[in-house]
Amino acid sequence: MLVADEVATYHPVLTENPYQPHMARIVRIHKMVENNHLFTLRFLEDQLAHSFRHQPGQFIMLSVPGAGEMPISISSSPSRPEVLELCVRRVGRVTDALYRLKTNDLVGVRGPYGNGYPMQEIMANDVLLAAGGLGMAPLRSLLWYALDHRDKFGNITLMYGAKRPEDMLFREELVALVDRTDINCLLTVDADPSGAWKGHVGLLPALFDYAKIDPARTYAAVCGPPVVYKFILQRLLDLGFPKNRILMSLERRMKCGVGKCGHCSIGYKYTCMQGPIFTYWDAINLPEMI
Amino acid sequence: MKILKLPKGKLDLFASVVQQFGELHAPVEQDGKYVFKRLARWPDARLEYDRTILPPKKYFLPPRETLFRYRPGEGFVPSTDGLDQRIVLFGVHACDVYAINILDQVFLGKYKDPYYQARRRNIAIIGIDCTPDKQCFCRSMRADFVDHGFDLFFYDTGDYYQALVGTALGDDMVLATGNLFEPVGPADIDAYKERSWNKRRAFHLDVEIRDLSEIFEMEYESGIWDQLGRKCLSCGSCSMVCPTCYCYDVSDDVELGSRAGKRTRSWDSCLYFNHALVASGENFRRDRASRIKFRFYHKQRGFVAEYGRPSCVGCGRCVSACPVNIDTAQVIDRLRRVEDVGSR
Repeated sequence: MLVADEVATYHPVLTENPYQPHMARIVRIHKMVENNHLFTLRFLEDQLAHSFRHQPGQFIMLSVPGAGEMPISISSSPSRPEVLELCVRRVGRVTDALYRLKTNDLVGVRGPYGNGYPMQEIMANDVLLAAGGLGMAPLRSLLWYALDHRDKFGNITLMYGAKRPEDMLFREELVALVDRTDINCLLTVDADPSGAWKGHVGLLPALFDYAKIDPARTYAAVCGPPVVYKFILQRLLDLGFPKNRILMSLERRMKCGVGKCGHCSIGYKYTCMQGPIFTYWDAINLPEMI
Repeated sequence: MKILKLPKGKLDLFASVVQQFGELHAPVEQDGKYVFKRLARWPDARLEYDRTILPPKKYFLPPRETLFRYRPGEGFVPSTDGLDQRIVLFGVHACDVYAINILDQVFLGKYKDPYYQARRRNIAIIGIDCTPDKQCFCRSMRADFVDHGFDLFFYDTGDYYQALVGTALGDDMVLATGNLFEPVGPADIDAYKERSWNKRRAFHLDVEIRDLSEIFEMEYESGIWDQLGRKCLSCGSCSMVCPTCYCYDVSDDVELGSRAGKRTRSWDSCLYFNHALVASGENFRRDRASRIKFRFYHKQRGFVAEYGRPSCVGCGRCVSACPVNIDTAQVIDRLRRVEDVGSR
């Protein structure tokens, strides 16, 4: 017969709750680009701040108290722990509420979720990072991970395009990479009305002319708006990239992040569980993907 | 598995004993249909029902549920309201038990949902066999019989209910009745087999689910989806009444005049316009046709890839609930047909 105590002592909701947000303090708000701020967070619990580990390409569920919860990719590298950096574009109700918060205000964080980039496979190979616009946000984690473990990777190439110089995310730190000899950092803008931009001017695919890429030993990580996928993917295929070495980071509506709420499904996969990093082979096999 | 039998005349006695294990809920009649509800008195129970409007899903994944309360200074405090309520669900059909087993795969797999887990643990299930009507296709979906997921399961074999004892709790229920249950003999087993045979012959519908995944892939661009899209109202009724539809939405509400609030989840449907809408305004399933296609695709194709079988159990509720008579069995049948020009 069941004992009444058994129920009283059984509280997975309190002890093992995957939906439990952990409170984190906003320690810095860096206004990189109008409505594309970089929020630096640190968990209130020191233990959690020390132990939190993620893979490049993973995301968290970010709660803005009173407004809601949303998936945000992690822009900081796991090689630089203790804080989380999130590049958030102000685009909807919850991000609006986030933008009303100030340094030292509290938000909720749970995660990390998703598969992340297959680092074990990528290591020892060359890496090509190709991003347009906000696509730099998830790729930045991979970029700094590779640079912080420089000896574990072959050639590293970054191709990043923004509309204008003032729209370029992480501009200062990326411009500083241009002079480094251990990475080929190629930055371009569609247009430069101010005339002050010293980098390339032109569309993102034009940067291929300046990159030395060996498709047989390179993983390509691509992220950006649909137009980026359209041109970059075709270019990579033309170069002879195997379809499972082209990695894409996707976004979908998500409410749970843990394979339950159903919103992020693409074809027969959940973006939150089998993604958000998909290969191009996945993409051509899953309807509605891009 | 322990198998016993209960004389039919003793069922009310059994029901009165079983109440000590939790609040008794069973199908009752309401406006000519059936609903699972708390029994005011045992004679209200209707064990010879066809199907309830809502499946037992509502007990394990309530239509609205508070997950957290938020208080400045305290953060998100989990809500445990109602999770320890003990309920005995009496009279659950095999397809519905099967559906709960499917929900178990989603909610008790990786990242266990603790709210679901607590309810699943505190709600006992006593299943009962049924006779298929013309909307049932549970046999096609391999859900006409269920071998686990219940505490007790009753088969009507004439003068007796033959009872499968599924769990230790089910066994406790049997023991609590003293000696109401009797051992089964060869004649009882024959009676069961006859019952099983008769049930099999009673089905009107038969759809084939073998290689359905592949046919879905082949017919992904079929014109049938546009036809269904023009018919479908996107009302989401099929999702609400589906025993395995588990999509939910989450929303945060602030209490008036304070910074405190709560986080609630509620049933959602992939047929709603905003199901795949993201903040940038991009909607990955903007067209109605793409949404109804997605619902079929996820049930009959996506779930197979993920969990090894379709998430449909053939209960027929979506057919009853659809205001424009979209019939799941018919859609599958049309997709499989060679001569159906509508599918090109």
